Amino acid sequence: MTPDAIETVFRDEAGRALATLIRLVGDFDLAEDALQDAFAAALLKWRGSDAPANPRAWLVNVARNKAIDRIRRRRNFRGKEQQIVHAIELDAADEEEAAPPDLDDDMLRLIFTCCHPSFAPEVQVALTLRTVCGLTTAEAARAFLSTEEAMSQRLVRAKQKIRLAGIPYEVPGRDALEERLRGVLTVIYLVFTEGYLATSGTELIRHDLACEAIRLGRLLLGLMPDAGDIKGLLALMLLHDARRAGRTDAAGDIVLLEEQDRSLWNREQIAEGLALVEQALGVKGRPQPYTVQAAIAALHAQAPSYDQTDWRQIVGLYEVLLRIAPSPVIELNHAAAVSMVDGPARALGLVDSLAARGGLKQYDLLPAVRADLLRRLDRREEARAAYLAASDATQLAPLKRLYASRLAELDAG
Amino acid sequence: MQYLLMIYQNEVEYAKRDKNTEQAMLAEYQTFTQSIIASGNYKGGDRLQPTTTATTVRVRDGKMLTTDGPFAETREQLGGYYMIEAKNLDEAIGIAARIPGARIGSIEVRPIWQYDH
Repeated sequence: MTPDAIETVFRDEAGRALATLIRLVGDFDLAEDALQDAFAAALLKWRGSDAPANPRAWLVNVARNKAIDRIRRRRNFRGKEQQIVHAIELDAADEEEAAPPDLDDDMLRLIFTCCHPSFAPEVQVALTLRTVCGLTTAEAARAFLSTEEAMSQRLVRAKQKIRLAGIPYEVPGRDALEERLRGVLTVIYLVFTEGYLATSGTELIRHDLACEAIRLGRLLLGLMPDAGDIKGLLALMLLHDARRAGRTDAAGDIVLLEEQDRSLWNREQIAEGLALVEQALGVKGRPQPYTVQAAIAALHAQAPSYDQTDWRQIVGLYEVLLRIAPSPVIELNHAAAVSMVDGPARALGLVDSLAARGGLKQYDLLPAVRADLLRRLDRREEARAAYLAASDATQLAPLKRLYASRLAELDAG
Repeated sequence: MQYLLMIYQNEVEYAKRDKNTEQAMLAEYQTFTQSIIASGNYKGGDRLQPTTTATTVRVRDGKMLTTDGPFAETREQLGGYYMIEAKNLDEAIGIAARIPGARIGSIEVRPIWQYDH
C-alpha cells in the first residue's frame, strides 16, 4: 500500500476503531494513544504489502495490545491494573467473533457519551467533533471560532469528567432515550450546519463535516429505524447537501438559490431525502421541527425553478415551525418566503419588527435579507446601507464578495 | 462509585410552608429514603438546620476568623444531602431526580474523590 492509501484507511476506520477501543480499555485518552501507536505500526507493516483483509479489526487488535503495553509500562503498576489488563484480554476473546453491528453499537455508545446532558452544549459538540468525527483539536477549534488552547482545555476537562464523574459509556435505557436522543440530534445538526455553511474562513462548504453528520444520521437511523425525528433530520441533511454542486461557482463564490443551476443537484440524494420526509411525516404525533424543515427543503428540491416554487406552502410550513420551534432565524426565513407570496413590502415589515425586538444581532443574514427586500422595493440608498451592514457582520470571505457584487449591481443601476 | 447528592432550595420560601405541606414532604422523604436503603444505594444522608444556625470558619495568616453564616447571596441554600453508591452518573442522576426536593429546588450531583490506597 502507498502511504496515501494507508492514510485513507485510517480516515475511514479511525472513528469506529476508537469507539470500540474506548469500550475495551474504558479510557478515552488511553484509547486515543493506543490507536496512534497502532497507526504508526500500520505505516511500517502495510507499506509495500497488501492491506489486511479487515483493517479495522487489525487496528483494534494491535491498538489493544499497545494499550496493554502502555498500562504495563506505567510506573505505578499495581494489582488493579493487572485486573484491567486481564479484562481487556478477556474481551479480546469475544471480539474475535464480534459481528460488524457490534462495532456500530460502539459508535453509538460513543455519540451518546459525548452528548451526555451533564456536558454544556458547546462541550458536547467539541467532544463529538474530536472523538466521533475524528477532527484534530485545531480543526474543531477552527470550526467553532475558538482558540486551539481553549478547545484543548475544554476537551481535557470533558474527558476528565467522563472518568471522574462516572459518565457511562453506553446507550441510555429506553426511559431516558427520547430526552437524550434530542441532544444527540442537535449535535449532529450543528456539525452539519457548520459543514453546510462554515462560520468563518475561506471555504464556504466544509464537505467533510456535512458528510460526517450524514453518516452519523444514517448510523442512528440504522439502530432506531422507527424514530421519526431521526428520519426528519437525515432527510433535511440529504436534501440540503444534494444542492452542494450548485451552491458555489468555479471561483468558490456563493450562488444563491434563485440563481442555481438545478441540473447540478444530486437527484439520487433528493429522491432518498423525499422518501424519508414522507415516512417522517407519516409518524403519528406532534410534527417534529426537523421534519417540518425537511418538508420545506423537499419543496425547494422538487421545484422546477425558483419562481415556480410552492411558496404558499413554504410560508405555511414556516408558520408551523414558528409555533413549534420559534427562533429569530425561522422568523427571518418566514419573512423571506412571505416576500415571494405577498411581496417585499409586507416581508420588510416582518424583518423590521424582528430587528426592533433585537432579534439576530451579530448575524449578517438579517441585513442581507433586508437589503434584498429594499432593492426589490427600489429603495436603493437604504439597500446600499444594508448590504454594507451585512458585509461588516460576516467573517466569511465568499459572503463578503457576494455583498460587494450586489453593491456593484446597485451602483450600475 | 460514590456520589454526594446536595439538596439546594430557597429556605426562606421553604420555611413559609404550612404544617400539612411540611408533613406531606417529610413523609415523601421517608418513603424515598426507605426505597434507596432497600435498593442498596443508600450510604448516608441528613437534613440540615437552616443557614441562620451556620458558622463559617477561616484561618488566614495563622489566625482563626469566625463569622456568622455562609455567604448567603445565592438564591438557593444547601438544606440536606444524601451520600449514595451508584453504578455510574446516570444511576446517580436517576436517584437525584426522585428526591422530593428536586421539584422545588435543585440537586447537585458530585462524585466522591477516590484515593488510591
